[in-house]
Amino acid sequence: MILSIQNVVKRYADHTALAGVSLEIPKGQIFGLLGPNGAGKTSLIRIINQITAPDEGQVLFDGELLQPKHVEQIGYLPEERGLYKKMKVGDQLMYLAQLKGLTKVEALTRLKDWFIRLDIKDWWNKPVDDLSKGMQQKTQFIATVVHEPKLLILDEPFSGFDPINANMLKDEILGLKERGTTILFSTHRMESVEELCDSIALINHSQVVLTGEKDEVRNRFKKHAYEVRYSGDLGESKAYEIISKAPENNSAIIKLAQPDQTNQAIASLIKQVDLFEFKEVIPSFNDIFIQVVGETK
Amino acid sequence: MNKILLVIQREYLTRIQKKSFWIASLLGPILITAIYAVPIWLATQDKEVKRIEILDESGLFQMSDLVDKEVEFKLVNKPVSDLKGSFSKEGYTALVHLPKDLLTHSEDIKIYSEKNLSLPLKSSIERVIEKKVRAILMKDAGIASEVYEKTQIVVGSETITVSEKGDETSSSSGGAMILAGVMGMLLYLTLLLYGSQVMNGVIEEKSSRIIEVIISSIKPYQLMLGKILGVGMVGLTQFLLWIVLTIGLSQAASTFYAASPVKQKVEQIKKVDPEVAKKMDDASPMAEVTKVIESTNIPLVVGGFLFYFLFGYLLYSSLFAAIGSAVESTAEAQQFTFIVMLPIILAFIMAQFTMQDPDSTMAFWASMIPFTSPINMMVRLPYGVPMWELATSMTLLVVGFLGCSWISARIYRVGILMYGKKITVKEMAKWLFYKG
Repeated sequence: MILSIQNVVKRYADHTALAGVSLEIPKGQIFGLLGPNGAGKTSLIRIINQITAPDEGQVLFDGELLQPKHVEQIGYLPEERGLYKKMKVGDQLMYLAQLKGLTKVEALTRLKDWFIRLDIKDWWNKPVDDLSKGMQQKTQFIATVVHEPKLLILDEPFSGFDPINANMLKDEILGLKERGTTILFSTHRMESVEELCDSIALINHSQVVLTGEKDEVRNRFKKHAYEVRYSGDLGESKAYEIISKAPENNSAIIKLAQPDQTNQAIASLIKQVDLFEFKEVIPSFNDIFIQVVGETK
Repeated sequence: MNKILLVIQREYLTRIQKKSFWIASLLGPILITAIYAVPIWLATQDKEVKRIEILDESGLFQMSDLVDKEVEFKLVNKPVSDLKGSFSKEGYTALVHLPKDLLTHSEDIKIYSEKNLSLPLKSSIERVIEKKVRAILMKDAGIASEVYEKTQIVVGSETITVSEKGDETSSSSGGAMILAGVMGMLLYLTLLLYGSQVMNGVIEEKSSRIIEVIISSIKPYQLMLGKILGVGMVGLTQFLLWIVLTIGLSQAASTFYAASPVKQKVEQIKKVDPEVAKKMDDASPMAEVTKVIESTNIPLVVGGFLFYFLFGYLLYSSLFAAIGSAVESTAEAQQFTFIVMLPIILAFIMAQFTMQDPDSTMAFWASMIPFTSPINMMVRLPYGVPMWELATSMTLLVVGFLGCSWISARIYRVGILMYGKKITVKEMAKWLFYKG
């Protein structure tokens, strides 16, 4: 486990942001931290970044109690992010890289590599003010990863990115994962969860309400429903019940009477209609999110 | 520690690289030099001798009476009406008409000129006439001119400070007051200037949202401390530049002055009359400056200035930083900056009274309380302050700074992450007791 969060409680004057949160984040994964606004995600991220300290509980980083030295092994891209507007891009990145513990020489070599890789060599001496928003986002991303952190925390990384930059970012994230970086990824956008995450945790009302590997979570929320396409007249059967029917495309959603008794259902179906397709309905994370958040209100 | 150095370096370099820093660094010394160099320069320029016609109906004057180093006189004898029309055409600046009964009606002198007569020229003319008239009147009254010369004395006093050990130093009350005023003013301005620079720096980090990235790398107090020290070093650099440049420019100006005709003329006069030379030396501003330098404990004053600037600045800028952290824009900051500026302004007003009476009870307390002591102790220092008072004041200031920075750091660490909320002083007070 790269991160082991144990019973963390964080209270503010007028509310409790985290009420006994425990989470295990395995090494080398892309871990999705989901939850509605105000659920406590940012509070948790700030505790991991040691911006604030928990009132109760503890956090272990790579088996050790979280300490100031660990900030150099964590990269953080906050949701609300900015740069010094008047400072030159190169100077700014050198500063941020050195704050993360790199020496001047290390910082310079690595930044040069990044600038060549992303083909942005001529930005070095430009003040940030002269950069477009997309260019600033690239700069911020470089600042987040230049010290090659073991753990990368991205808070809504895709917000405000155009499709081209979003794609670049996705490729970079996948590349970093391949090289062994663990990525903690906080987002609202369920399609990027489906696409990128290995595991997820859903936080609502200051508590973890759902956690697990992506496929395992999906399985948990399966409703034993199947989509069927057919021609003919589909009627009732003991083996299934019809949840919805769309006669115009000759399709319907059915739910099995007995979980996993697919053969019985198919046998019943082919007696009534010509069956073209029989496919399990896998719940989307969007559905899971809405369902769980609704249930824990 | 290393990371604080990085912050200091960034704060320092970004400010030093700004054009406005260099403009201020150059403009200051140029202004100071200009204040005394321009009058000297003007004096060297205005050496054209003015020509004056005198119509003397009293018949008391001979050419030998009419001698002045800046004015050339010519006695004429023509009707006034003719002369009035012709003097300017003949190249004379003015026509002086002395009435027949000059001795009894000395106020009836008329001076005609085309343009308004300059005040120095008018008094030069009057001086020459007055001298002759007085000599005649005294002779008539039976007073010998030697007696008159003897009565022309100048009262001068030398102020001497006597230490407990009995050492005597020639002091300069006027000089001490000027020195006190200049240093009080300088501290007042720099505390405000650099304090608000720190505040704007904090607001910039917060409103540009880079703050969260920075404090995921370093502790908020490290960032605050680094910023305060970085800006403070910019202040010290500016002082250093001001001192070096002012000395350099003054040297250049005085070299120029030494080579000028005015200086040579003054030297000539001094050679002729040693009595006059001494008076001139005593009255010159340079003599006063030399006297101040001789009578002041320069290392103490300079050391004191640096100490009070540094700790006064640290105290106030940490408060300014706390305010910057609680707001999101400079406009929003205004309501709070007043709270911090109030003691600085108050200290400056108190300093005016301290300057008048540096040993009053008010002056004593003003130079002890950490918020007012930087300006007020600096004002008292050139007059001489007992060592125990200085030591107490310095200790209290350091304690005050530690207290303020503790309070500020606690407000700062909460404030920098607070967005979209109208902050009140009461709210800030609550932040002091937040954990971690």
